[in-house]
Amino acid sequence: MSIIEAILLTVITASTPLVLAAVGELVTERSGVLNLGVEGMMIMGAVCAFAATQLSGSPYLGILAGITSGAAFSLLFGFLTLTLVANQVATGLALTILGLGVSGMIGESFVGVSGIKLQPIGIPILSGVPYIGPLLFRQDIIFYLSIAIIVGVNWFLFKSRAGLRLRSVGDSHASAHALGINVIRTRYLAVMFGGACAGLAGAQLSLVYTPQWVENMSAGRGWIALALVVFASWRPWRLVAGGYLFGAVSISQLHAQAFGIGIPSQFLSALPYLATVVVLILISHNRRTTLINTPASLGKPFVPDR
Amino acid sequence: MRIELEKRPNISTLFSILSPFIALVLTIVVGAIMFVLLGKNPLNALYSFFVEPLLEVWSLHELAIKAAPLILIAVGLSVCYRSNNWNIGAEGQFIMGAIAGSILPVVFYEWHSPLVLPLMLLMGMLGGALFAGIPAFLKAHLNTNEILTSLMLVYVAQLFLDWLVRGPWRNPGGMNFPETRTFSAEAILPEMLSSGRAHWGFAFAIIAAILVWFMMRYTLKGFEITVLGQSERAGRFAGFSTRKMIWFSMMLSGACAGLAGISEVSGAIQQLRPVISPGYGFTAIIVAFLGRLNPLGIIAAGLVLALTYLGGEAAQLSIGVSEKVTRVFQGLLLFFVLSCDTLIHYRIRVIWSKLGGTTVEGGR
Amino acid sequence: MKRLMFALAATVAIVGFSMPASAQEKAKICFVYVGSKTDGGWTQAHDIGRQELEKALADKIETQFLENVPEGPDAERAIERLARSGCGLIFTTSFGFMDATVKIAAKFPDVKFEHATGYKTAPNLATYNSRFYEGRYIQGQIAAKISQKGVAGYIASFPIPEVVMGINSFLIGARTVNPEFKLKVVWANTWFDPGKEADAAKALIDQGVDILTQHTDTTAPMQVAAERGIKAFGQASDMIKAGPETQLTAIVDTWGSYYIKRTQAFIDGKWETTSSWDGLKDGILTMAPYTNMPDDVKAMAEETQKKIESGELKPFTGPLKKQDGSEWLAAGASSDDGTLLGMNFYVEGVDDKLPQ
Repeated sequence: MSIIEAILLTVITASTPLVLAAVGELVTERSGVLNLGVEGMMIMGAVCAFAATQLSGSPYLGILAGITSGAAFSLLFGFLTLTLVANQVATGLALTILGLGVSGMIGESFVGVSGIKLQPIGIPILSGVPYIGPLLFRQDIIFYLSIAIIVGVNWFLFKSRAGLRLRSVGDSHASAHALGINVIRTRYLAVMFGGACAGLAGAQLSLVYTPQWVENMSAGRGWIALALVVFASWRPWRLVAGGYLFGAVSISQLHAQAFGIGIPSQFLSALPYLATVVVLILISHNRRTTLINTPASLGKPFVPDR
Repeated sequence: MRIELEKRPNISTLFSILSPFIALVLTIVVGAIMFVLLGKNPLNALYSFFVEPLLEVWSLHELAIKAAPLILIAVGLSVCYRSNNWNIGAEGQFIMGAIAGSILPVVFYEWHSPLVLPLMLLMGMLGGALFAGIPAFLKAHLNTNEILTSLMLVYVAQLFLDWLVRGPWRNPGGMNFPETRTFSAEAILPEMLSSGRAHWGFAFAIIAAILVWFMMRYTLKGFEITVLGQSERAGRFAGFSTRKMIWFSMMLSGACAGLAGISEVSGAIQQLRPVISPGYGFTAIIVAFLGRLNPLGIIAAGLVLALTYLGGEAAQLSIGVSEKVTRVFQGLLLFFVLSCDTLIHYRIRVIWSKLGGTTVEGGR
Repeated sequence: MKRLMFALAATVAIVGFSMPASAQEKAKICFVYVGSKTDGGWTQAHDIGRQELEKALADKIETQFLENVPEGPDAERAIERLARSGCGLIFTTSFGFMDATVKIAAKFPDVKFEHATGYKTAPNLATYNSRFYEGRYIQGQIAAKISQKGVAGYIASFPIPEVVMGINSFLIGARTVNPEFKLKVVWANTWFDPGKEADAAKALIDQGVDILTQHTDTTAPMQVAAERGIKAFGQASDMIKAGPETQLTAIVDTWGSYYIKRTQAFIDGKWETTSSWDGLKDGILTMAPYTNMPDDVKAMAEETQKKIESGELKPFTGPLKKQDGSEWLAAGASSDDGTLLGMNFYVEGVDDKLPQ
């Protein structure tokens, strides 16, 4: 296997959790809700997935645990911001703190335990294709799920009735409500979907990326996912591009060091973040395109009037 | 069963005052349950958490030290958030303020003069303000979302500090460890009272809170901030410029964060190191909300949050709970405060069947 | 009646005089941790040492600790809290606690303090350190024997003297076996981030190293090495469970014997300030069992370890040149501790640049 292929494999593993968490948040934000608690949901997914795998012996049960814990945790956020109309920014932050604390408590007995890794599944015939075969078609199930989710979300948002309703809620919840769409219920579902995806991303961390449990192992990936959503102008395929770009820059800087390129490592470490800022500037400066893509009701609370 | 919210015609003053207490009570109740589940005596645990840190003078000083940066940064953030500019990068502005303010004692360490300290503080404020100017510029002129730019810049600031203290600013007499020279005496922010360690940073925080409170309540600027935050259109009709407000609010909060940064470095740490903040910039966001974006409320919220930090430590020693419990407590407190705040603006109705309903409280 | 009273009084007196021994207050030995006691790495090793101490001197002492204490003003407060709560001897287990420990030690002259990996002392403040580099030397030798490509990958955390010492010592050891041995260094800029460490390991392996060592604390690199089928060295704890067929050995921090030694001195009233830098021979670090290697390599490693323990072999002994080609140590001359503690240069052969 050539070094390019090896690097790409590493990039795929590194980028998958980012893409997963981001696509969930994308759907949430498209419905008009800003959930800053992605980091908290991700780490809860990681610890629950790891614990479930250890207790049951099956990483597939772990995946399920990751998804459900992420969704359940996001329900807390949903209740506060949708039913009790609390401030979304503060609630999201509270979710993150709570998630980091609770996951630390749950995970205490699992530190130092070697995890069970999710084995890759090869898709017959396709995995035999030279070059891209082993890269794309001999991966673990979470990677396949991430691609399926992207395809699904893209179709859902732009080609389906329900997706149109969701987007309308995000663009103008008052109009959507007037049309008879249940705004609160739509948002609840969107928030839970976001939580489920973040939980799945967390499961990838503790079952595929580094099969172990360590406190705070999400290491800020939730925040990066938030940036990726804006970076992608809330469009799923651009999100994939952004996520893989970020992963690629992160991995390349490690390779540059190993290769002996003498740039200070802090600068190389900062590159992915600087790159995100640069891209953010480039895509936002055209006011019109930004406005078209930003869900206009993002972050605004909705209370149906009597 | 359905829960529905009914907007109150007027903000309930009763609940404005009551809600933080209800939240505290709820946190204590849930916390007590949590302690019981962990096998600890809940009364002892709560005593360690909330009462013990208030019993000794040195502990009160430590409370002030811990709360000072939180209050100062949160006060600045409150102006930002009220004007609908979401500065999430206070941590980065804290760091850059600390760096800017440390230029004199680190690079020009031979200059001894009573002017050093005031200049350091000013440069700290300037550094923080300029760093906050980056997301301000990007939002005002290039329409870029400030939440994300300010957040990404936090990482940049952290890595820049790391590079500085490992490279150009490393202490030549420090055994090659990543830290700068220790500040000479005139560059150190002195202690306020001899009974403990609290330095003047706490005074700055209180003064800043009072000044901002005054500004928000009694000046035209304060009115401008409030109006623009609630309705951009209304503000424009009144002749207020959103663009100028972005600059003003972001740079004000940057200056507050920068002042907090240099105060912390000069008063408590007395040199620069790779890590100078255990996340003050982010915790301050919570303090701002807990204080409901009111500077006086922020003073109280900052002290309460500092209390949970100190209480968590005391609890580790006296009842042996793990340190993670502190974070869970803080998260719970924030959750309950946010939930109870709803009662201020809305009345909750629980609808049991399609026919009638029961108003949960208020009911006038 | 009188006899009874006398007997009673005598009994009371005897009992009374023998009471003090069992009613004696237990000494309080306290610890300040920078990380979580279940972090599987640096802090957990200290906590294991604390538990060994508790077991060994159970009837004379009790221990307490504070974990996840951030460096800086929070550390000062934590140490002061321990001092005020009656601790007689306090161990602060991270370099970053140095100034905080110095300040509190000055405030509480009757309490004894010990600071790990620092260099500032006082009459009531000692420092203690471990010669991790001795283990690195042995690892280097093993690496040179096992590696077929002659290149090892080094996942480093931060460029501080301790880490630089480790890199240098590893290469020096390797080159005693293979004078052409090479080292690739990647700086992870963290002590503790499994994702980043795993990525660094993959990058190094993809770039052609066939043996891996780390100065970061999680088992992530070991897991990656196990997957890719190359050998690796563990760090801070025995990582054999993460790589049953991968780990060659590990440097295990075994602070227990040191803690017991110093606590015993404290209880006996014989505690004095020192600047100790113990090594393999004192048991402050041990090597995990040599496994997954041919018998002759194992024999060599054991032989080297014995030589280091007896003092016959010192890893930093000339002839050695610095990376820039200048002479550092003449043949037979050994480096002094001071240079090592402030080490900020590479020896010849390290393919990396240090920030100056």
